[in-house]
Amino acid sequence: MSSEHIDDVSGISTTGHEWDGIKELNNPLPRWWVITFYVTIIWAVGYTIAYPAWPMLSSATKGVLGYSSRNDVRNELAAAEAAKGKYVAAIQEKTVSQIAADDALREFAVAAGGATFKVNCVQCHGSGAQGSKGFPNLNDDDWLWGGMATQVEQTIMHGIRFASDPDTRQSEMPAFGAIITGDQIKQVSAYVAGLSGPVQNKGLIEPGAKVFAENCVACHGANAKGNREFGAPDLTDAIWLYGSGETAIAAQVREPKHGVMPAWIGRLGETKVKELAVYVHSLGGGK
Amino acid sequence: MLDQIQVERLEAQAVNSAKTRQPLYAARKKIFPKRASGSFRRFKWLVMAITLGIYYLTPWLRWDRGPFAPDQAVLLDLANRRFYFFFIEIWPQEFYYVAGLLMMAGIGLFLITSTVGRAWCGYTCPQTVWVDLFLVVERAVEGDRNARMKLDAGPWTARKLVLRASKHAIWLVIAAATGGAWIFYFADAPTLIGEVFTGAAAPVAYATIAVLTATTYTFGGLMREQVCTYMCPWPRIQAAMLDENSLTVTYNDWRGEPRSRHAKKAIAAGQPIGDCVDCNACVAVCPMGIDIRDGQQLECITCALCIDACDSIMDKLGRERGLISYATLSDYNANMAVATGGGERPVDPSLVRTAGGTFSEKLAHFHIRKIFRPRTFIYLGAWSAVGAALVYSLLTRERLEINVLHDRNPQFVTLSDGSIRNGYTVKLLNMIPEPRTIVLTLQGLPGAEMSTVGVDLTPARSFATLVEPDRLKTLKVFVRQPPGQILGITQSFKFRIDDRAGHESAEYTATFNAPENAR
Repeated sequence: MSSEHIDDVSGISTTGHEWDGIKELNNPLPRWWVITFYVTIIWAVGYTIAYPAWPMLSSATKGVLGYSSRNDVRNELAAAEAAKGKYVAAIQEKTVSQIAADDALREFAVAAGGATFKVNCVQCHGSGAQGSKGFPNLNDDDWLWGGMATQVEQTIMHGIRFASDPDTRQSEMPAFGAIITGDQIKQVSAYVAGLSGPVQNKGLIEPGAKVFAENCVACHGANAKGNREFGAPDLTDAIWLYGSGETAIAAQVREPKHGVMPAWIGRLGETKVKELAVYVHSLGGGK
Repeated sequence: MLDQIQVERLEAQAVNSAKTRQPLYAARKKIFPKRASGSFRRFKWLVMAITLGIYYLTPWLRWDRGPFAPDQAVLLDLANRRFYFFFIEIWPQEFYYVAGLLMMAGIGLFLITSTVGRAWCGYTCPQTVWVDLFLVVERAVEGDRNARMKLDAGPWTARKLVLRASKHAIWLVIAAATGGAWIFYFADAPTLIGEVFTGAAAPVAYATIAVLTATTYTFGGLMREQVCTYMCPWPRIQAAMLDENSLTVTYNDWRGEPRSRHAKKAIAAGQPIGDCVDCNACVAVCPMGIDIRDGQQLECITCALCIDACDSIMDKLGRERGLISYATLSDYNANMAVATGGGERPVDPSLVRTAGGTFSEKLAHFHIRKIFRPRTFIYLGAWSAVGAALVYSLLTRERLEINVLHDRNPQFVTLSDGSIRNGYTVKLLNMIPEPRTIVLTLQGLPGAEMSTVGVDLTPARSFATLVEPDRLKTLKVFVRQPPGQILGITQSFKFRIDDRAGHESAEYTATFNAPENAR
């Protein structure tokens, strides 16, 4: 090659290539660039030896450093667990009331319980624990089975009317459609609605009170304040699980609906149930 | 007489002279700046001492802030997201103070450039200061210009190897000290220095030192003038900041031309001679490798070393100083007009001097009045406005703040007695390094009371809570309004916080939501 050929205009040697009279000047890449380029090649070869790289039939080469991103995740998870260890140990040791009274522990439990809630509870109780018809709002101060942290814990642990847990919360209101007459149902519904709000036909209240005294006081109490032992709701307050007003009440008297909540102890374990109980208790309605 | 005084002529050729202008993609030609001495050089030594002193010593200054805050005068506490500067403490949301300072730095640069040219480049830019420092080392190890050129051209002898190795070793030590000093701005310096040397410091500290050592060594030792010429945007921007009344380093060819290497011969031949004896001293000292006699150019950082070099030659020759000087373009043009008879002829020395050898009275000289012109007043005004706004904001800023987040899910909760409850996440910011008891009070919302998880479970209109020094406290606050007093689906009310000891307070206007059927 005529590498000695010098271009007249620029004074730079040419590569000897020529197309249609246009000659290619020999302006090599800067040395630092070329060196960097070779270093990256060497680096790449070393990298494939040090780290997992070459695909084989069933897996890939492992690399001499033994690096694995799964190990990284495992280590990070283990480190996170270790960091939580102090709190988790304390939560296992203490009762929910003690946890709720301790600022640092409560903060941890509320955060952890909140995460557990988002995965397991929002399907029924809603993402803000606000509930919906048939599913209790956990933010309010009305508790069918008691709003103290230990009572909430008991409910979460064993569920409500959950057949496969012998310790589950159990109660059932009879279907009064088969026990009392349709008129009596109208009367007692008017009476119950009148305990906390206006009713259309005030004339029904008085006979309704009689029906209530004969059929309902055993569970709901003479003053209709309910009974937490049986999960019998307070009928005098502003909160209605299956809807307020005479029609909704009548429907529930005639053929009551009974919600079921699963027992969570088997799935979540004691620590998470405790955290959940503290979380629910912290939502503002806890007793 | 002129020709009796022998001036040493240097075989210096400007790397970037107008005659031998390099193409952009050319291999670098080495520059071996000669040592200069004179008033500008002394001034540069002083600036170097001050700037390096500020850089290295600032992290070691102490400032007592009491037991709850660090006692380092200048500290960027990234881990805790706090910035301490003497009596000022800045939280991340107050970063606009730093933005303001950067604006002032930018406008200040415009102001300085429009009055005295690229003084930033020539005296205070870290690149200039460190290159100067590295050149000191180079001169001390290898000798001045000629010795260094000889060494560079010579073969690799044992002596050359030793000199080069020691030069680079000292450079690396300076670079490491530079990178090392940087990290002390980010942690307690006396603690960190112990950790650095015992290997107990955080990996990011060592990584920072390594990166800054590499950049200091590369930029200050190896790349030098190339950083200014090729990498820095400022030489390109400066043209917009300069005008005909800005002082720049100028070769006054109205008195220098025609240059005469052989004054005796020229006089004998009856040719006119200017003051420039073409000794190349200005070229030899230039750290940028340019010839100032080519006129103002992008590469010139106005370090003024050529002024020192030329002045010492003029002193030797017994001529007036200032053949190269700080001058404005307008003065220069006026003097050129004098020297060329209004542009009719080439420069004629006889036009600028009287018969007695002194300068003509028609020559213009720099007057301090030229600094005060609309442009500099506008820059100064903008600079002062930003500064005044920062100072005002700093003096009146709140050190106690409240932020409130209204729960959105659920927006409200109906309680068993028919009252409505809203939840709020209330954040109390105690921005001073002392613990404070803050009283949170409800204003408006008749009949409403609040309770909070953790502080005091008895509902009340007001309660007190302790906020840790220099910390934010988050409270979950429930506000409950009894039935019969609910005025609509949204009501406005205020959370007010008071620090009764410090007489400081803050308010947050929040809304309270209720369902349409609330009683």
